[in-house]
Amino acid sequence: MSKKPTSVYKGPGPKEANVVLTSASTVMNWAQRSSLWPLTFGLACCAIEMISAAAARYDMARFGWEVFRASPRQADLMIVAGTVTNKMAPVVKKLYDQMAEPKWVIAMGSCATCGGIFQTYSVVPGVSHILPVDVYIPGCPPRPEALIHGIMTLQMKIDGQVNFAAQPRRIEPGYRGPNKEEAV
Amino acid sequence: MTANWDRQGFGEGEPEKHPAVAAIRNDFPSSILEVESSCGQVWAAVTPANVVEILTFLKNNQELQFDFLSDLTAIHWPERPGAEFEIVYQLYSTSKHLRFRLKVPLKEGQEVETASDVWQTADWLEREVYDMFGIRFEGHPDQRRILNPDGFEGHPLRKEFPLQGRVRW
Amino acid sequence: MARQEIMTINMGPHHPSTHGVLRIILELDGEVVVNAIPDIGYLHRGVEKLSENKKYLQVLPLTDRLDYLASGSNNLAYILAVEKLLGIEVPRRAQYIRTAIAELTRINSHLLWLGTHAADIGAVTVLMYTLREREDILDLIEETSGTRMMPTYFRPGGVVRDILPDFDSKIRAFVDKFDVKIKEYERLLTKNRIWMGRTKGVGVISRSDAVSLGLSGPSARASGLDWDIRRDEPYEAYDELEFKVPVLTEGDVYARYMIRMEEMKESSRMLRQLVDGMPEGSFIERSPKYVYPDKKRLEESIEAMIHHFKLVVDGFSPPKGEVYSTIESPKGEIGFYIVSDGSPKPYRLRIRPPSFINLQSLLTMAKGNMLADVVAIIGSLDIVLGEIDR
Repeated sequence: MSKKPTSVYKGPGPKEANVVLTSASTVMNWAQRSSLWPLTFGLACCAIEMISAAAARYDMARFGWEVFRASPRQADLMIVAGTVTNKMAPVVKKLYDQMAEPKWVIAMGSCATCGGIFQTYSVVPGVSHILPVDVYIPGCPPRPEALIHGIMTLQMKIDGQVNFAAQPRRIEPGYRGPNKEEAV
Repeated sequence: MTANWDRQGFGEGEPEKHPAVAAIRNDFPSSILEVESSCGQVWAAVTPANVVEILTFLKNNQELQFDFLSDLTAIHWPERPGAEFEIVYQLYSTSKHLRFRLKVPLKEGQEVETASDVWQTADWLEREVYDMFGIRFEGHPDQRRILNPDGFEGHPLRKEFPLQGRVRW
Repeated sequence: MARQEIMTINMGPHHPSTHGVLRIILELDGEVVVNAIPDIGYLHRGVEKLSENKKYLQVLPLTDRLDYLASGSNNLAYILAVEKLLGIEVPRRAQYIRTAIAELTRINSHLLWLGTHAADIGAVTVLMYTLREREDILDLIEETSGTRMMPTYFRPGGVVRDILPDFDSKIRAFVDKFDVKIKEYERLLTKNRIWMGRTKGVGVISRSDAVSLGLSGPSARASGLDWDIRRDEPYEAYDELEFKVPVLTEGDVYARYMIRMEEMKESSRMLRQLVDGMPEGSFIERSPKYVYPDKKRLEESIEAMIHHFKLVVDGFSPPKGEVYSTIESPKGEIGFYIVSDGSPKPYRLRIRPPSFINLQSLLTMAKGNMLADVVAIIGSLDIVLGEIDR
């Protein structure tokens, strides 16, 4: 009668190996920040730098953000690149509302941050008047490296999120408190 | 060598030598208000009554052939009562390589006939003049705002309109 | 009892193929376009009103942001208009430098046009290739002027600073590489059966319609209008350069594509001639009333400091007058009509936008074509919303 062959491997078995202890938030955040899907929302000149950032030299695909979706239902990051005008503002808000949670907004360039050099009758002085913005990237236009730095800052912000907690994730702009008479 | 401004050779003080000026003086002598030149370019101001006739004549005239309307815009002169607005037509002839400018002074509220039958280019350009200045064009197929939102009040390029607008953010 | 109706759909301001925030209201009979009405104004920033409140030199960065793909061209058009008003002569070297930057931006704009147009039709590889070539041009512009996209490198009288000593060798290296690459793009697209099937016979416009609608630039030359401001009303160094102006007669999307490819080759030929014949001399004409003194003199002389201070704080005031000056931008005829009343700010600055007037011909081109061809036609018109809406 021959002996049953014993395995050479002496380490932990399938029930003991590859057990990682961490919080659910860490895993969720890591998943969310590693594959952000931006919405193609180039309005003006900053869009060209955004396209350059997605091109061969400043490749955004190496970070996981090359899947630009045209439909807001499939995107989770809205990069407002360019000037927001009074005529375009309701469209921006509508697109933002159509995006599913979790969603983030980056204001790229001076025009999206504060109106830029166009302080006129038809320009919204900064997209933060209509949307909650997570990261502002200054520049006119910001270099593609600045855009990548901005999105990496957003990644750090996402890493600090707490999921599964019983509180709303964000506050709507214009929220004035439970009694709306506190407004203005 | 300098930038070639004087392409047609009409220097300062010699605007009468421009062929378009001579042609208009010939056929519409009572319509010309003044003829001037600036920076080597010649322009003539005409009365608003028969502007489209003059434009059609300039387009069809065999020696001039102004078949291309380069630009159509307006200027607001609030300090000139009776001639507050000035419509400016920039004409170009693709065959003779000749440029000419025609100006039409208008009162506040006065309308002028549309040039969109002469050149189709004038369609949107006149809509923009209406949007920015409030000048209406008689006979225009689609007179409504083009650049500002539809409910916008006011005409931005008038001098009394504030730069930052009347609605605060 | 089938009933047929016209279907109205909205190709909204947010669309991957409209090259910006352009809204088109399409009326379709099945798949065939009956009416295509563009609705613009979603990027209207009030540049003309803004320039009435800024000094002449402060308007220069605003002109960069009009046609943001070819910023050097817009700068050049504005600066030529201001120089005519002021009556300044520009030294020959500065003219050559400005022409070189203008031609570089022409190649820049046409490359991005090719990339986005091909990507809309489906050839996404071309987009990646052209963006790679654009990076080389942007490097050149950055070394010369300081920024990648909005150079603001010209001043009335010349340019801000001299080009670097290795400018000509870098341009020669770029042109040698570009001549090989453009053959690559042609190999990918020109005789490609799918490309020809999508673009031949689509969006045809006749010569008489083109002239009546005010079409200018490569779109007009594709319909048989033999007009190029660089050749017919030469400015800057173009009177000493030898170049051909390609003209075709079919007037469809394929013809517009061929014209722009030829223009890119002509531009690279022109760049070679420019660096071969670059004259020595100064790069700016220090006209005392209108141009800043040399920065080095500011340390030595108090008069230069006072002069600089006065020009910065008050700005220069051109004499009373008006001028309409046009150049051939990559999109067509761009013109600046400046009315000056003797003050340091323009009384009226009017920008003749080539893309605005070219877009009017969309209805004529799109009628009778299918829905998918509208995307090809918009791409071939080469519009930039910054210029349309100003």
